[in-house]
Amino acid sequence: MNSLWAVTLATLKKDIRLEWRSKDALNSMLFFSLLVVVIFSFSFDPTAEESRQIAGGLVWVGFLFASVVALNQTWARELRNQVLDAYRVSPAPPNSLFVAKALGNFILVSVLEAVMAPLFIVFYNLRAIGPAWQLIPIGVLGTWALVVNGTFFAAVSIRTRSREIMLPLLLFPISIPAVQAMVEATRIILMGDGSARFWIVLLLTYDVVFTTACLGLFETILHAE
Amino acid sequence: MKRLFPILSVITAALLAYALYEAMVVAPTERTMGDVQRIFYYHVPSAWTAFLLFMVNLVASVVYLIRRNPKADALAVVCAEVGVVFCTIVLVTGPIWARPVWGIWWTWDVRLTTTLVLWLIYVSYLVLRRFSDSAQTPVLAAVLAIFGALDVPLVYFSIWFFRTQHPQPVIGGGGSLDPGMGRVLLINWLAFCCFAFLVCWSRYRLEMLQREVEEAHAMESLVGADGVSAKASLPLNRSPR
Repeated sequence: MNSLWAVTLATLKKDIRLEWRSKDALNSMLFFSLLVVVIFSFSFDPTAEESRQIAGGLVWVGFLFASVVALNQTWARELRNQVLDAYRVSPAPPNSLFVAKALGNFILVSVLEAVMAPLFIVFYNLRAIGPAWQLIPIGVLGTWALVVNGTFFAAVSIRTRSREIMLPLLLFPISIPAVQAMVEATRIILMGDGSARFWIVLLLTYDVVFTTACLGLFETILHAE
Repeated sequence: MKRLFPILSVITAALLAYALYEAMVVAPTERTMGDVQRIFYYHVPSAWTAFLLFMVNLVASVVYLIRRNPKADALAVVCAEVGVVFCTIVLVTGPIWARPVWGIWWTWDVRLTTTLVLWLIYVSYLVLRRFSDSAQTPVLAAVLAIFGALDVPLVYFSIWFFRTQHPQPVIGGGGSLDPGMGRVLLINWLAFCCFAFLVCWSRYRLEMLQREVEEAHAMESLVGADGVSAKASLPLNRSPR
């Protein structure tokens, strides 16, 4: 158990340090979602009431597309110099590698969300009518839902030709219920339209089910030959 | 086994013709929808057949992950391909039926959405198979099939909570179906299942043949390369393996 966390932490630290020095993924994600905000904002130009209705969808679709940028480079970095092969033959537990990568992506996407959320509020004149604090658990659960499957399918898609385009093709169909739950929960809270409890529970279920599945099957994927 | 194939083909053709006759002529006309309702005999059996094939795909995928049996993988490919075809039939006949009856082509209802998501997942399954290198493909695809199976109940619950417009299940649900219609439906389903089985069977044979050919090619090039290197390193002519 101890070595599991040690390996996880070491990998996570390494990834964060690499990202901190280059800031490649973060910068491109930030700029990408800024473009999404601006383009959506002037193509719809919504009133305050309309933006409450559509903002949930826009925010999450923007984050979904932007997170693909981070997810795609998760494993691509390990292909250079055969790091992934080295990992495969090392005695380190595969799941700790997976958890480290997923946590790294989670931090990256969370930073993106923290920076972009104020911009969304500014451009769409948002003000939540419902309990706004609930947006925090929705954000955490929703981000984890995108990132855990995204990290897993990024590991699948690096084994394919044209891997950059493969990831969204695999990830988006599986993510449909999670995206729907995030969008609905956000919309309900922004509009003050009843309780978002069902959607939060659904997100939690999605997270538990797919985290378990990813941990159970990651070793199979890593060693697929 | 091979002699069984033409016999089964003849039986299936006869059954399909009989089912067509039953659906178009014998089955009673629905009171409110009229003749449009006859698309029911194609829509519902296709859906059941598609779901059955996806279920076989899932079982075959799990078996492959446990046993690593290439036959299970071949069965999984076949079921996914034929299943996508039947699922496409469902998604095409659905709107054709919905337009005159509900007045809309499409709605985000439980079963429509679940079927669409299932279709999307299996299309991504086929795309994955198409784009990955042969040695790893079966494992990656089997894992995706398991993820898809976990996803479908979640989709179902989320949309079920969201809204529903589709008629409640007629069979096994609260609704009542005319016994004459039920009989025709079952005949059609039997015919569709036979047809799907026939297509799967020939596709399975094709898949196994294709794998044999690929293996033979790989062996040939391996032996060829070996022969060249042996010749280059040794002046004495070795007999090729």
